[in-house]
Amino acid sequence: MNDFFDAIDFIFSERDSPAGGTRVGGLGEIWELMWPHLKLSAASMVVACAIAIPLGLWLGHRGKGGFLAINASNVGRAVPSLALIAFFVAYLGVGFTNLTLALVLLAIPPILTNTYTGVRQVDRDTVDSARGMGMTGAQIVRRVELPLALPLMFGGIRTSAVNVVATATIAPLAGVVTLGDPIINVNTYGDEGRLAAAIVVALLAVATEVLLGAAQRAVTPRGLKVNRREAV
Amino acid sequence: MSLLLAQVEIRDRSEDTCVSENGFCPDWIVDNFDRYVDPFFQHVLLTVVAVAVGFGIASTLAVIAYRHRWFVNPVIQVTGILYTIPSVAAFFLLLPITGRGFVTATIALVSYTLLIIFRNILTGLDNVPEETKDAGRGMGLTEQQLLWRVELPLALPEILAGLRIAVTTTVGLATLVFFAGAGGLGEEIYADIAFKSNVVVAGGLAVLLAAVLDGLILLFQRALTPWTRAVSAG
Repeated sequence: MNDFFDAIDFIFSERDSPAGGTRVGGLGEIWELMWPHLKLSAASMVVACAIAIPLGLWLGHRGKGGFLAINASNVGRAVPSLALIAFFVAYLGVGFTNLTLALVLLAIPPILTNTYTGVRQVDRDTVDSARGMGMTGAQIVRRVELPLALPLMFGGIRTSAVNVVATATIAPLAGVVTLGDPIINVNTYGDEGRLAAAIVVALLAVATEVLLGAAQRAVTPRGLKVNRREAV
Repeated sequence: MSLLLAQVEIRDRSEDTCVSENGFCPDWIVDNFDRYVDPFFQHVLLTVVAVAVGFGIASTLAVIAYRHRWFVNPVIQVTGILYTIPSVAAFFLLLPITGRGFVTATIALVSYTLLIIFRNILTGLDNVPEETKDAGRGMGLTEQQLLWRVELPLALPEILAGLRIAVTTTVGLATLVFFAGAGGLGEEIYADIAFKSNVVVAGGLAVLLAAVLDGLILLFQRALTPWTRAVSAG
């Protein structure tokens, strides 16, 4: 238990590095590590959403490419995040941009699959009546399919975001300093620094999950809440 | 000293320019394939043990929750939190309690399989048609017999679908167990993360392992649930 108290102490107070030369620990340093962690995760999620949501909506609306949209998740799951990052490091080199690209690839499949599934599960009668009311294809996507697909789509965004926040922990392997730095460079931060980083990363992931879960409930159209099923 | 280093470097370069220039080197891969064999089997062992233990725990929880519905939400919430905690963090959170090595790695990997398997088994059981269960009861089956002879067999497609997701996820997460000192293919990736040949072989083996285990469960499912094929064909 003492290890955990030491780790919590590391989060709140600065001390000399076991390797000497620098001071480590304290809220200032945790924030300095968390900020790039959040920046990296946010950048990857924004790009992934910008690609996966329009693609998923389009494929779902057209009812084509289901094979691609569904299997994206299966393939994505089979490629380990470490292998993906290592591949980018070996072939493109280290750095923020390359790592963001790797995380984008990691984040796309769940969003794409869920957006596609969300659109496909919209009742065909609903779409037909929208068409009967004279809506164009674009209007149907924007006013009918998108709102009804939102809960599932957000489920995908939540899965991806938690995964990206978790994977950003190994970003220092690709030359980007994040909350994973104390875990990978234990000589500089010491054992308590490493455990402290693990605690903060775990809390950050849980917070991401809870916040996006709340967002998911907030975007669920009122009509769908009546017979709400367990969210994915 | 610097002279010696320079000489070594020159010799390396003349021996294999592909490696020193960080290319993709089939020759190097053939010569060095041995080093991936042990990590590969560590990886297989970690995955199989974690999924087997996870399946044991999750199926017990699911059968209890199927009979006692109040149990569903607490299990979903607890396993949901376990699923959310990043594996790298989990290894170091466990370190003060269980130390480094196989046990710590397995506990963390098991904790990720629980939510996936639990949810799929429960969905599978819930999807068994009420009429089928009534028919079983009408034939005089006890609740226990109904579970083993009717409900669980009919839930098999969903159960095995959950197992497939759990296996591929676990193969991926097991690339990170070297942080807990438990080896695996991830250790080889990490050992030389900027060397193209190494990354392709170690990463490729992990992807291959996921695909093979996934395919094996799929074959198992086909053999065990012949009726699902008849339905999709008709």
